[in-house]
Amino acid sequence: MRLINIKPGRGTQVILACVPFVLLALAYVIGSALRLAENSNDKLLPALSTMAQTINTMAFTPDKRTGEYLLWSDTLASLGRLAAGLGISTALALILGLLTGILPVVRALMSPFVAFVSMVPPLALLPVLFIVLGLGEVSKIALIVIGVAPILIRDLCLTAMALPREQIVKAETLSASTWLIAIRVVLPQVLPRLIDSLRLQLGPAFLFLIAAEAISADSGLGYRIFLVRRYLSMDVIFPYVAWITLLAVLMDVGLNALRRRVFPWSDLERGQ
Amino acid sequence: MSIRRRTLLATLATLGALSMTPALAQAKTDFKVAWSIYVGWMPWGYASDAGIVKKWADKYGITIEVTQFNDYVESMNQYTAGAYDAVTLTNMDGLSIPAAGGVDTTAVIVGDFSAGNDAVILKDGAALADIKGRDVNLVEFSVSHYLLARALDSVGMSEADVKVVNTADPDMVGAFQTPDVTAMVTWNPMVSEIKALPGATSVFDSSQIPGEIIDLMVANTTVLADNPDFGKALAGIWYETVTLMVSDTPEGAAARAAMGAASGTDQAGFEAQLAATKLFDKPADAVAFTTSPDLGKTMDLVRTFLFDKGLLGSGAASADVIGIELPGGVVLGDEANVKLRFTDTYMKMAADGAL
Repeated sequence: MRLINIKPGRGTQVILACVPFVLLALAYVIGSALRLAENSNDKLLPALSTMAQTINTMAFTPDKRTGEYLLWSDTLASLGRLAAGLGISTALALILGLLTGILPVVRALMSPFVAFVSMVPPLALLPVLFIVLGLGEVSKIALIVIGVAPILIRDLCLTAMALPREQIVKAETLSASTWLIAIRVVLPQVLPRLIDSLRLQLGPAFLFLIAAEAISADSGLGYRIFLVRRYLSMDVIFPYVAWITLLAVLMDVGLNALRRRVFPWSDLERGQ
Repeated sequence: MSIRRRTLLATLATLGALSMTPALAQAKTDFKVAWSIYVGWMPWGYASDAGIVKKWADKYGITIEVTQFNDYVESMNQYTAGAYDAVTLTNMDGLSIPAAGGVDTTAVIVGDFSAGNDAVILKDGAALADIKGRDVNLVEFSVSHYLLARALDSVGMSEADVKVVNTADPDMVGAFQTPDVTAMVTWNPMVSEIKALPGATSVFDSSQIPGEIIDLMVANTTVLADNPDFGKALAGIWYETVTLMVSDTPEGAAARAAMGAASGTDQAGFEAQLAATKLFDKPADAVAFTTSPDLGKTMDLVRTFLFDKGLLGSGAASADVIGIELPGGVVLGDEANVKLRFTDTYMKMAADGAL
């Protein structure tokens, strides 16, 4: 039998999926034990027990100074910024993406501009944003919007344009107005794609969030990582990175579930 | 960056960390020194460029590689991780980063202390008391944070009277020009730029706590004990360079101009920063400073501040958890866990012309 035809069974699949994770954990535990044997105060690869203790301090013990549970207040602050940034980007994408996708006049007006803006590296704009919008929440949310919205807009526009022209003509023969075509023909068909492209933008959104929080903040997941970085507190950084990854994965899974629930037909379209 | 890519990077970082072995105790001939841009540390870069490093290294039959870091924190982290044998840092960071990280560290050279290079600056305020209730932008847990604590203490206030906002040091000057920033603590060269802005008043600076923010060249204690020639070479390089730097000769002016250019200003700007620095250009002065009882008092203030902020380790029961050895063998804190040592050995050799 050729290798190309060997398909793992369900159980084998689960085991194979676990292998890289187990190897990584094993490599970490060995490396950590080696370094700790050399220097029991080593901070680079803290023991899992140290990390568990730190997680307990960060997540389940109120902070001495503020009385807050740091992990949760950081998470809340970061998710608030992320939600605002992604919410504004999605709304912009819906309106502008749909308009540019449907109306050739708006497309002629906006398309080159959006294409241009989407090529601006958002992180390079960060110093400007901080001067113009201040160091508060606005500049952090603006960075996410500038980074994410243009791509969402372009993707939605392309999706709308890729719809079969026959559908639009058919709707017109049934005397549908532009408004009606936009709302009843195009919109429902592009919404599942909007959710998918939002999923793809979660990673960049987190990147922009953390970059903004690293520069100036008083709470947030990125703020904490860059604060304790000064003290090489890997026992805080590793759990925070894992937590951010977990949050992003959960959002991804959640958005996908939302798409399947609201637009069950979108899976059929993919032949799934 | 996608999630998968981020995971990949994390994996690579872990594997990279695994392959790094801690500095092993043994006699060796190749040494690595890290430094970062600050007025009191510029001589290291100049010494490297001008061949002074090579001259002293050759004298002791060793090689010394001097590397400039654009990021001060990264240079300390690299030293703590064992990638460098020596690094430039402040007394406070020396205690909270390598020493708290279990790396036994010795201050080979006490180079200078800040006498105005660090300042509390207010917008529309004439006195320190006006800071009450404001948001204060600073690099949290840095010497700026310490300066703020000492400043507030001097007028009977505490950190509860203000709100600290962590801000990256490269963005300080820009941040001060935004309307919502009204109070800031930072260091030079940012301080001199910010003070020149309209409405900015310096209400407290490090000249009011002289000798408390000290700039050091530290080395790994084990490496130093096994290779005393490394310490001698460092002292030789340092005093030859600073003697040249403060001399009122064309060569001295050229050195100051070169250091000014390397730190993003010019000769005049660099000399202005030097004026706010108490540089120990004579080894005898540094020995006197290091052996005076005031150093013990300063380190006690510093370790108390660090302990209050939880920076001596999460398991620290008191400020005594890390022992600090002062010249003459006096130990502040736990004698069984001495991780930061001040010594006048190498500076004294320089003073005695024994290098």
